[in-house]
Amino acid sequence: MLAHLIEELPQLIVNGLVVGTILALPAIGFTAIYAVLRFPNFTVASHATMGAYAGFVANVWFGLPVLPSLAVAFIVPAISGLVCDEYVLKPLRRTSAATGPMAAAIAAVALTIALENVIRFVFGNDLRGYDLPVYRDWRFDLGFAFLRVGPQQVENAAISVVVMAALFTFLAFTRTGKMMRAVADNPMLASIKGINAETVARLASLIGMGLVGVGGMLLGLDTSIDPLTGFRAVLTVFAAAVVGGLGSIPGAVVGAMVVGIGEELSLLVLDASYRTAVGFVAILVVLTFRPRGILGERAY
Amino acid sequence: MENYLVAMAVFAGLYGLMALGLNVIWGMTGMINLGLVGFMAVGAYTSALLTVRHATWPIWAGVLAATLVSGLAGAFVARITARLKGDYLAIVTLGFSEVVRIIASNEIRFTNGTDGISAIPGPFRGHVAPATFNLLYLGLVALALLVVFLLCQRLRHSPYGRVLRAIRDDDQVTAVAGKPVMRFKTEAFAIGAAITGFAGALYGHYNAYIAPEGFVPLITIYIVLALTAGGTGSNVGAVVGAALVVAFMEGTRFVVAEIPGLAAVQVAAVREFMIAALLILVLRYRPKGLFPEHHPRHPIPDTTP
Repeated sequence: MLAHLIEELPQLIVNGLVVGTILALPAIGFTAIYAVLRFPNFTVASHATMGAYAGFVANVWFGLPVLPSLAVAFIVPAISGLVCDEYVLKPLRRTSAATGPMAAAIAAVALTIALENVIRFVFGNDLRGYDLPVYRDWRFDLGFAFLRVGPQQVENAAISVVVMAALFTFLAFTRTGKMMRAVADNPMLASIKGINAETVARLASLIGMGLVGVGGMLLGLDTSIDPLTGFRAVLTVFAAAVVGGLGSIPGAVVGAMVVGIGEELSLLVLDASYRTAVGFVAILVVLTFRPRGILGERAY
Repeated sequence: MENYLVAMAVFAGLYGLMALGLNVIWGMTGMINLGLVGFMAVGAYTSALLTVRHATWPIWAGVLAATLVSGLAGAFVARITARLKGDYLAIVTLGFSEVVRIIASNEIRFTNGTDGISAIPGPFRGHVAPATFNLLYLGLVALALLVVFLLCQRLRHSPYGRVLRAIRDDDQVTAVAGKPVMRFKTEAFAIGAAITGFAGALYGHYNAYIAPEGFVPLITIYIVLALTAGGTGSNVGAVVGAALVVAFMEGTRFVVAEIPGLAAVQVAAVREFMIAALLILVLRYRPKGLFPEHHPRHPIPDTTP
């Protein structure tokens, strides 16, 4: 039993790290929008799917390579996220200070179903795959265990890391990035300093949903996509955001790693189909013992 | 056609029950619940498992157990998030309904997985003609709706309901007034979840068949739409709203089928889109619904000398 465990463990941890790195992107998107707009924007589900399909159209219909397709997977959901927030969700948040954010959360669930059905209308329910070069998996002999890693997985994780590095650079060093952090931290002080909260909010929706779209496509690159691709991942994304601390961007990264590895390790004791339920259990555990998440709400 | 209308009336009644349940949670107490369909599924599965798959309890006992189990599930979910902001409750309830669906799809030995559970007994099913059974069941659902409606009305006008509304409007003030806010929130959520589970159990016994794919998030949207369109906070609104939603849903079935050149999957997509879009429109333009909740107003004393 123990020998079996030691044999399995490295592979599961590597898989978990890869999954966690990819999930970090939509988790950052969700948490960043929460930090600035202060409501859970549940349209992450359909925007992840939208990113996956936008990338699919670019990659398969127009024959673009993966990287330009990922750019398309960023742009389309980013614009849709901005338009949806501007014309559907923002007016609802304004209706009342007390129930407005909750009304917007309800509307976001309806909106995500609406968008999912737009995608279903155009593409149908069939599974679709990307046009990718096929590589053989790399194998490593660790002495006590064999490790199998797919080059595509590594590439996806690397892309995700680059995107995250770019985002952190943007938030840490540019004027606009600092403005965003200021509004997330204290909107009133930010407005006294003359920061336009409206612009920052639009930027948060734009960048946040763009990241969600890239994450959706990266998730699909490994397998195939259908109109429920985003919806299936959404529980894990919420878990990553809540575990790390809702509203904290570094928290989302940490949370995504914890949940990603946790989901893989659960395979030791649970059936694979329960993987997403692990995210829910993680949410319950964190809310019970450390409601602000590992890094604390709004650590950034 | 008659059978069809009766069946739709039964569904309107079931949605009415669930909208009443949501009204206790969201309308009266102001707690969000985006996982209604999860509580409905818990109710439907509890009763089905106890009456056909794992035991042969009488139907009334199965329904009673379903009500209790879904109430407990509601209390559990509310308890975990009671101290936190509503955003967390939104996430947890949405996650809860997904997890219920995952468990129902995968615990094959326990729930028969995605094949679902069939041959769930209904009262007098098989002893009377199907049309008579339908009518009989409609009577039962109508009776259940009436009883739950009266109980909810009682709740709404009682001191207890007043505390719930106070929590909805400002839970800090309510806590300062000495009310145990946590307990009220947990209880209100449990009551609402129990009503939803009760409706779920009745659905299972009517349909004779339940499967995980029947409990999708769209059903939560139906129920929220029913309550919002009827009038959040108003029990009459919940019941009328449910009837309107069922009529609208069925109306779209005929209208969309008339659009030429659509594949079956596209027809389904258009209908789901219309329902989701309708909820957004109602929230935006008619947030108080057709029967806005009215508060008893006291005349302002005349202070001018």
